[in-house]
Amino acid sequence: MISRRSFCKKTLLVAGGLAVPLSALELFDPRRLLAEKDQKAPRWVFLVDTHKCVGCGFCVKGCKVENEIPYDANVTRTWVERYVITKDGRTHVDSPLAARDGFKSSSIDIGHGKFQEIGEGEIDKAFFVPKLCNQCDNPPCVQVCPVGATYQTEDGVVLVDRQWCIGCGYCIMGCPYGVRFFHPVHHVADKCNFCYHRITKGMNTACVDSCPFGARKVGNLRDPEDPVTKAVTTERVNVLKEEYGTKPQVFYLGLSKEVK
Amino acid sequence: MVHGEAWTLKEFFTYPNEYIYWTIQIVMYPFMTGLVAGAFVLSSLYHVFGVKQLKGIARFSLVFSFALLPVAMLPLMLHLQQPLRGIEVMLTPHFTSAIAAFGIVFSTYGMIVASELWFVYRRHFVETALSLRGIARRSPGQQLCHLLFSALTLGAYDLSHEALEADERAVRKLAAAGIPVACFLHGYAGFIFGSVKANALWMTPLMPVIFICSAVVSGIALCILTYIITMEIRKVLALRRKLAYPELPSREELKSAESHVVAMTSRYLLMFMVAAITLELLDLIFRGYTAVKSWDILRSVIYERDFVEIFVVQYGLGNLVPFLLLLIPGLTIRRAALGTLLVLMGVFMMRWNVVIGGQAFSSSFSGFMHYTLPVWPDSMETLKEGVVGAVTVAVVPFVLFWLLNKIMPVFKETH
Repeated sequence: MISRRSFCKKTLLVAGGLAVPLSALELFDPRRLLAEKDQKAPRWVFLVDTHKCVGCGFCVKGCKVENEIPYDANVTRTWVERYVITKDGRTHVDSPLAARDGFKSSSIDIGHGKFQEIGEGEIDKAFFVPKLCNQCDNPPCVQVCPVGATYQTEDGVVLVDRQWCIGCGYCIMGCPYGVRFFHPVHHVADKCNFCYHRITKGMNTACVDSCPFGARKVGNLRDPEDPVTKAVTTERVNVLKEEYGTKPQVFYLGLSKEVK
Repeated sequence: MVHGEAWTLKEFFTYPNEYIYWTIQIVMYPFMTGLVAGAFVLSSLYHVFGVKQLKGIARFSLVFSFALLPVAMLPLMLHLQQPLRGIEVMLTPHFTSAIAAFGIVFSTYGMIVASELWFVYRRHFVETALSLRGIARRSPGQQLCHLLFSALTLGAYDLSHEALEADERAVRKLAAAGIPVACFLHGYAGFIFGSVKANALWMTPLMPVIFICSAVVSGIALCILTYIITMEIRKVLALRRKLAYPELPSREELKSAESHVVAMTSRYLLMFMVAAITLELLDLIFRGYTAVKSWDILRSVIYERDFVEIFVVQYGLGNLVPFLLLLIPGLTIRRAALGTLLVLMGVFMMRWNVVIGGQAFSSSFSGFMHYTLPVWPDSMETLKEGVVGAVTVAVVPFVLFWLLNKIMPVFKETH
């Protein structure tokens, strides 16, 4: 009969022996090696020209329809913020219904169904800022997902696996930009994915196609001829909340310091 | 309706997708794991450091810690949007996430407590199994008990002096190994919050340490309180049974034992309370002094919107009042009961102010969100994440403790 000591010894030997070849799969992940070798893999980025945005909200509508986010649910993958800076130095921000129907009134939505009137003479400057997922190079949402249901693809886009998400909400808490939410139908985390099903087939995102003013553009940073790449590399662009170290990949032209 | 919309009131500018996503169950989770860790640390004070005065409460707190253990998982399950997939955290952990460590830490800790309990109660299991075996004609109930206790002995029937001493050595080792694991179990709950860089109120390296200290405080407080309650019940029972069984401890004996244990344990409670409050205040002062970008909105949440919850209920009623109650000499049982009850409330409010307070402001720093706790459930969501769900989580450990006490009698003198 096998003794306890030799049983333990042999078990350790077998476990250790199995671990070595198995770890090779982790060290030499074939998919990663291929991605590293293939320099042509795109890096999807986004360019928003805030000068061109008029706050019509067509992008929000287009996105909701394309990505099947219930139209009347108060969550959205993209939205538009309105900034009004008055002469007293105060900043007023709102985004009624995420600007799905545009900005119909000149008064500012301050929550609880209340609105604040601002006289035209009081305004110093006012502008619109479209927002969407920043597809960060160092995404905190991917870091905190306890089951790996949200992940970054080789081309830089962060996706959510609806079959695997447990719905803990940690990624929603971890995102400094507030782009994530629970999908009202699927009950899992959801967010903008640059219309991954479209861009990977050479199409534009739904919001880019819906924008009548060309305020939104999607592009490939690895292609030097791409107009978005040219703008990002040659013009004065900015990103949101750089201080969090997330390395956001949505670039803004004409971003003002008041933008949250 | 969108998850979170039912209980979130928004004011000024918040991002469209922002709601209070982590609610009462996420308040209950660190509160319950804190009780687990605290109760275990208390029992280890006796087993490892040989604080003899705590003998009366050590075994009690160990069993209680075990009863609380499964309940630490319950609030998480009630909070998940996909509870059936909860097991994936254990099966496919993604180790860059603080939550992924849960399965490993939790099961390690569970195994340590279970094996420690086994060594503590082995003699009781063997004696019960043997005495049941001695009965020639066992009733079905006795037969069931016989099977259960025989299984619990795991075939180790040796009750010699050497074997029992080996048991005690094992208990000491397991209790010593359990302290860091218990601290890790709870410290990592603090890490889950402290590492969220997107949340200005949560992000501080002090968070895990604050959580551990307040966990020990709450665990000791709960043990004292439950100990007092069970002793009061025993006193009433002792009065009734005295005539039938004169060998049982009398009411007076129980009373003196009780006040001795309570006074001794309260001293440890006070020590950990000082540590917890010091750290919390340090964090607050540091934030005000450094006054980084987020301080403006944090200040309006801490000093204006949540002033009553933080300074009146948590620090005042939950810390200062019980601190004085327990510090004034000549501690009576009634005063200790009131003090520990207030301490528990204070720690609960601390969790509340961290979890709910951390979501009281928008990450745009220009708006607020107010949480209204759903009292009467009108949907599955408000049932799970409302008063009903929270009360369920709070009651289950006491039911489990009552059941465990049938198998592992907390007050029986075995050693």
